[in-house]
Amino acid sequence: MTTTTHAANAAGDRRSSKPKRSDAAKREHRTGWAFMAPFAILFALVFILPIFWAIYSSFFRQVAEGGGAYGGGKLVNKFVGLQNFQYVVTSATFWSGIGRVLLYTLIQVPVMIIAALVLAMLLDSYIVKRVTVFRLGYFLPYAIPGIVASIIWVFLYNGQISPIVKGLAAIGVNVDFFAKNIVIGSMANITTWTFTGYNMLIFLAALQAIPHDLYEAARIDGANGLQIAWHIKLPNVRAAALLAMLLSIVGTIQLFNEPEIMSVSDPSISKSFTPMMMALYTSRGTLTPSGDGPASAIAIVMALIAGVLAALYALAERKVNEQ
Amino acid sequence: MSATTPMTRQEREARRARRKADRIRDLHANDLPRSMQPSAAVRIVTIAALVITLIYFLFPIYWAIIASTKTPSQMTGSNGLWFAVGIDQLPNAIAANYSKLLGWTRGNFWRWVLNSLIYSGVSAAVGTLVAVMAGYATAKFNFRGKNLAIGVIMGCMLMPAALLTIPQYSIFHAMHLTDTMLAVIIPCCVSPFGFFLGRVYAQTSVPNELLEAARIDGASEARIFFTIVLRILAPAMVTIFLFLFVATWNNFLLPLMMISADTLKPVTLGLYGMVSLATFNDRGALMMGALLGVLPVIVLFLGLQRYWQAGLAAGSVKG
Repeated sequence: MTTTTHAANAAGDRRSSKPKRSDAAKREHRTGWAFMAPFAILFALVFILPIFWAIYSSFFRQVAEGGGAYGGGKLVNKFVGLQNFQYVVTSATFWSGIGRVLLYTLIQVPVMIIAALVLAMLLDSYIVKRVTVFRLGYFLPYAIPGIVASIIWVFLYNGQISPIVKGLAAIGVNVDFFAKNIVIGSMANITTWTFTGYNMLIFLAALQAIPHDLYEAARIDGANGLQIAWHIKLPNVRAAALLAMLLSIVGTIQLFNEPEIMSVSDPSISKSFTPMMMALYTSRGTLTPSGDGPASAIAIVMALIAGVLAALYALAERKVNEQ
Repeated sequence: MSATTPMTRQEREARRARRKADRIRDLHANDLPRSMQPSAAVRIVTIAALVITLIYFLFPIYWAIIASTKTPSQMTGSNGLWFAVGIDQLPNAIAANYSKLLGWTRGNFWRWVLNSLIYSGVSAAVGTLVAVMAGYATAKFNFRGKNLAIGVIMGCMLMPAALLTIPQYSIFHAMHLTDTMLAVIIPCCVSPFGFFLGRVYAQTSVPNELLEAARIDGASEARIFFTIVLRILAPAMVTIFLFLFVATWNNFLLPLMMISADTLKPVTLGLYGMVSLATFNDRGALMMGALLGVLPVIVLFLGLQRYWQAGLAAGSVKG
């Protein structure tokens, strides 16, 4: 973000040469906000307001008033202090959901990012010449909605119809993609299938921006292809990889589509398999305690965990980078 | 981009550097010293690995195409890798599954596709414009609260957005907007990532000198933005548009929360409703729906390839 500060400094310098809060500066202020306003208003409605609403409602719980005397009793919001948070942090269901999601993140994100990096480097190397087919082919799954991708893969995991399961059985490998220890891997495969190509394209774009003189210089110094990949290409895609990694970590925390679809065909996957499912079904009244209060508390604790994870990763990455 | 669009020195240099890089690349690809040329073994192993990966990515789509022509009994009984009927029978099989698809969706299938097009098209168009305006504002103007605004928006980029769906539902419900098209369109218009891209593009490709020159000529800020800046940013805007379009098209949780009327469902929600029916057994018809439902996105991506690949490059380098 160095360019930001440059622009800001330049503008600041221009302003400081004039009297403070000059007409020009005021006009710039007004114009800036005028362009900013439409996004700012929508952003406030879609992000800021819901965040505060979630925090506010997390202190309340909906309870029935006066018992069932008047047809079931009206639901009223009752202030319960930190009870909802207490429920979330002591809920074994919540933590096992978080555990699943963390395990998922730990396996899926590195596999996907490394695969995307390797593919990008291979396509950027001198080894292959016609890369368009590969590039578009790898990217195609990104255009398939997650929910549709999940449906297709769930069919491909289904022993009755899947040529994969049947084919493996024919060569003596009997695999159950819904088995207790495998099901997370089956879901991770769906996410990996969908997003690897997208990340690969981003890395490929970063790689192609590296000046090729650098490679030439390295070649003259006697570096081989692997050394060039390691010492020149890898450092140059670091920024892109960091961003992709952070977005992927945040993305997997809110895992929903894959387990939701898999739970349709496999009832042993519970309605609280992931924290996001738990939050949704709590707000819809499928799980008790139900309502916005407990659901908001789940969402807030999840957001905090996601924030901590992203910050930890960014810090670790910076540490490694400094060495 | 039109020929009159001025190019900054930076851009010209970048273009020259790229051309040189391409020349060197071509030269090397064809004329590497023997010692540096990848050996035949390396080449074969690499290409084999790339092809196997390609099969992994394309196989599910291939299977879905095959499956979309099958009846439930053919689905379990026939070879999963090929059509269950002869090529001459194929049109009939397709027509049969198509009419079953319309039956399962109670005739709403194309309505859902149209809804998806409306949701994605409107969200992406509005979202791109407001994101580029905001990006341009923060890149080119100094205003009070700017750094705070940037900080908050960028912070929200790392916010698990799905979590917001539940409070969004409560707020939209209070505003009596749930189960309307706006309930999907408004949240999908706002993308911190779109803002980030808009800002990067405005910083890198809108020259300050040009803005100054236009101001000296007496053009209003609105005129400068809509006639000059938007034209320069057009290729970049295609990238943001596509990104928002796909994000909206693929969104499932938001319509799941907001929409209950059958006629307002996007195609993802409609297909989900079809799978979760207790009586559902016709996977072939569903696969046909899935394929027809992703076709618009694929067409859009292939058609606009040139733009989004360039835009992706700009975003990734600055990221």
